[in-house]
Amino acid sequence: MTVPNDAFVTFEKVRKTYDGRTLVVSDLDLEIRKGEFLTMLGPSGSGKTTCLMMLAGFEHPTSGRITLGGRSIDGVPPHKRDIGVVFQNYALFPHMSVLENIAFPLSVRKVSKAEMEQRARAALGMVHLQHLADRKPGQLSGGQQQRVALARALVFEPVLILMDEPLGALDKQLREAMQYEIKHLHERLGVTIVYVTHDQGEALTMSDRVAVFNEGKIQQLSTPKELYERPQNAFVASFIGENNAVLGTLKSASDGTCEVETPGGTLRCGLIGEHTLGTRKLVSLRPERVRIVDDTSACTNVMPARIEEVIYHGDHLRLRLSTMSVSDFIAKVPNAEGGRDFVAGQELKIGFNTTDCLALDAPARN
Amino acid sequence: METMTADEARAEARTLRASLRRAERRRTLRGLGLALPLILFTLVFFVLPIAGMLVKAVQNGPMPDILPQTSALLQQWRASEERAVPDEAVFAAFAGELRAASQNRTLPELATRLNFENAGYRSLLMSTARRLPEAPAGTWRDTFTGLNPQWGEVSIWAALGRASPRLTDGYVLAALDHRRDDNDHIQPTDPSRAVYVASLTRTLEISATVTLLCLVLAYPLAYRLATLPESTANLLMILVLLPFWTSLLVRTASWLVILQREGPLNEALQWLGLIDQPLQLVFNRPGVVIAMTHVLLPFMVLPIYSVMRGIPPNYMRAATSLGAPFLTAFRRVYFPLSLPGVTAGCLLVFILAIGYYITPLLIGGANDQMVSALIAFLTLQTLNWGLAAALGTVLLVITIALYFVYTRVVGTDGMKLG
Repeated sequence: MTVPNDAFVTFEKVRKTYDGRTLVVSDLDLEIRKGEFLTMLGPSGSGKTTCLMMLAGFEHPTSGRITLGGRSIDGVPPHKRDIGVVFQNYALFPHMSVLENIAFPLSVRKVSKAEMEQRARAALGMVHLQHLADRKPGQLSGGQQQRVALARALVFEPVLILMDEPLGALDKQLREAMQYEIKHLHERLGVTIVYVTHDQGEALTMSDRVAVFNEGKIQQLSTPKELYERPQNAFVASFIGENNAVLGTLKSASDGTCEVETPGGTLRCGLIGEHTLGTRKLVSLRPERVRIVDDTSACTNVMPARIEEVIYHGDHLRLRLSTMSVSDFIAKVPNAEGGRDFVAGQELKIGFNTTDCLALDAPARN
Repeated sequence: METMTADEARAEARTLRASLRRAERRRTLRGLGLALPLILFTLVFFVLPIAGMLVKAVQNGPMPDILPQTSALLQQWRASEERAVPDEAVFAAFAGELRAASQNRTLPELATRLNFENAGYRSLLMSTARRLPEAPAGTWRDTFTGLNPQWGEVSIWAALGRASPRLTDGYVLAALDHRRDDNDHIQPTDPSRAVYVASLTRTLEISATVTLLCLVLAYPLAYRLATLPESTANLLMILVLLPFWTSLLVRTASWLVILQREGPLNEALQWLGLIDQPLQLVFNRPGVVIAMTHVLLPFMVLPIYSVMRGIPPNYMRAATSLGAPFLTAFRRVYFPLSLPGVTAGCLLVFILAIGYYITPLLIGGANDQMVSALIAFLTLQTLNWGLAAALGTVLLVITIALYFVYTRVVGTDGMKLG
């Protein structure tokens, strides 16, 4: 997919505080490109929803500037921003039929009756719900309500669509189906979408880029792949996907790789952040990159470990290991034919390559 | 899996249904047991009195018991097209029964009842009974007309005839300012005595005014409360409910003090230079409406507030984000969603207002008395319980009719009382 390189939405040094003491959003800079699917991901209270609400116009920045299409939107009231918002819990108007709900944005724009009906039905068709046009929202399932909300936010062809945890209330299977549906709609319509969620799986599946929020700041803004494979700091590494963290000190560094001295021995890994020798580092390692090896392994790093617990997951096994002074080190082993049997208490060796692990800056000790 | 024959399947389904019924029955009984005290209370102190009132409104009075034979004869007489003074048989029966009634002291009761038909009937009846001879001098008819020439008039007998059946529509007709004439045709009451319809209309007028005023005052207040944080709203809600903590009589009396000519309100307005002369605010309509609005306002605020609290703020945000300016969003989304509260509030206030008695009595003038004051007057002063019950029935019918119109318009599920 081609992403034009012009900034469509920008946040410039945006700050937001409610009580005058703590910043919910602090000095936020962000550029969103036209046609992009950008996800704001973070734990609750990280400032992501506040950012979305400032963009929609329901909250105002305490300082800083937000622009849309090159123009500041500080003084523009929400109803003139031409931004479609899909709310948590959908916010469908319960006293209107599905079709009336979808026609609502057109009717307040004084579109002619015939055109209104035709466009509303087309939007309803887009989410495959033509047959439910005359129902009331209360008679629909969660997934159907979600699609109506989507159609309603799309029908007036807004320049930008904001979604605030739109799938939060759905069950797992439906949530996954809706993820694909939203993604396909985005690809088909080419509209810019800003999506807020605390579900990292959702963020990785759907987005072109993900902005990881924590404590009012963007921790990292990059593609899902980059985010997962090259997290920039310990927070991102632990928030996105599963992660094993081993503490150590930086022993040598060269050309993007380094050696870290850990309680179990020296590890060779990729280097991110501070280069000064002797700094505390946190080695981040994904459970699925850990291999169970024997002495003849070609892996760069081989460490002894002991199995504390074996958890059966169907398609894979999870081994909880103690190694390198860590007692909750997780390794994912595929449940392939002819696989070994693992039992708690067993001693074995684990191996991983330089490219599988990253030495990040360790968070300050409390 | 084993396949069942159709019979077995049916039998299985039957036992399943039976055990379900057994299981449900225990629950139903427990539920009933919990509600039983209230059901009994309602039955004894609410349903029975209302039923009693409805019966009273059509019950004619003691005449069929006191003058059984005369009553029977008069009912035949009423069936005839041309009304003339009844024949000798009626006079003879009447004479016998009148004397008997006079002896066992049931006559005053009858006299009171007949006096409702024709003022002056009491003295006619009592004096006739006192002077009635044992045997007629000539015919009974001549004897009666000799005692009082009124006994030769059709209207006197028609009145007696109207009191003769066990049931009557006379009270309900009277409550609607109508009566039956000497030929039993329904006629409007003489305008000088027609007070009941005017009183009913006035009652509905005052109630409607109060309801409207309450709505106008309560709606913005409820909206403000509903958009405030819950803790602040609860605090302010106490202020709304404060009037409930004082007795109705005290509140009404304080309005009397506030609104009177030398009262604080008039003095304040004069001091501010807004008026030259004190306004007349008591013993007239504005006073009644002001006091009743104050007393009834919480009944409007509460249902509207509780409905508004239930409207997620996201609805207004969604409407705005979809392009609706605040007023449009309010009109098309918020207001329709708040209607169940408005409906419930209006119904509540209106129905309560219809029955108001003490406030109009204390603050209103002679022309501001509501129908309940008339009912009290009829019950306590003239002892015309039939007419009082009929007025109550008319009021009840109006209330029920309004309720049905209301629910037809908004639907019962569209109404929330709290």
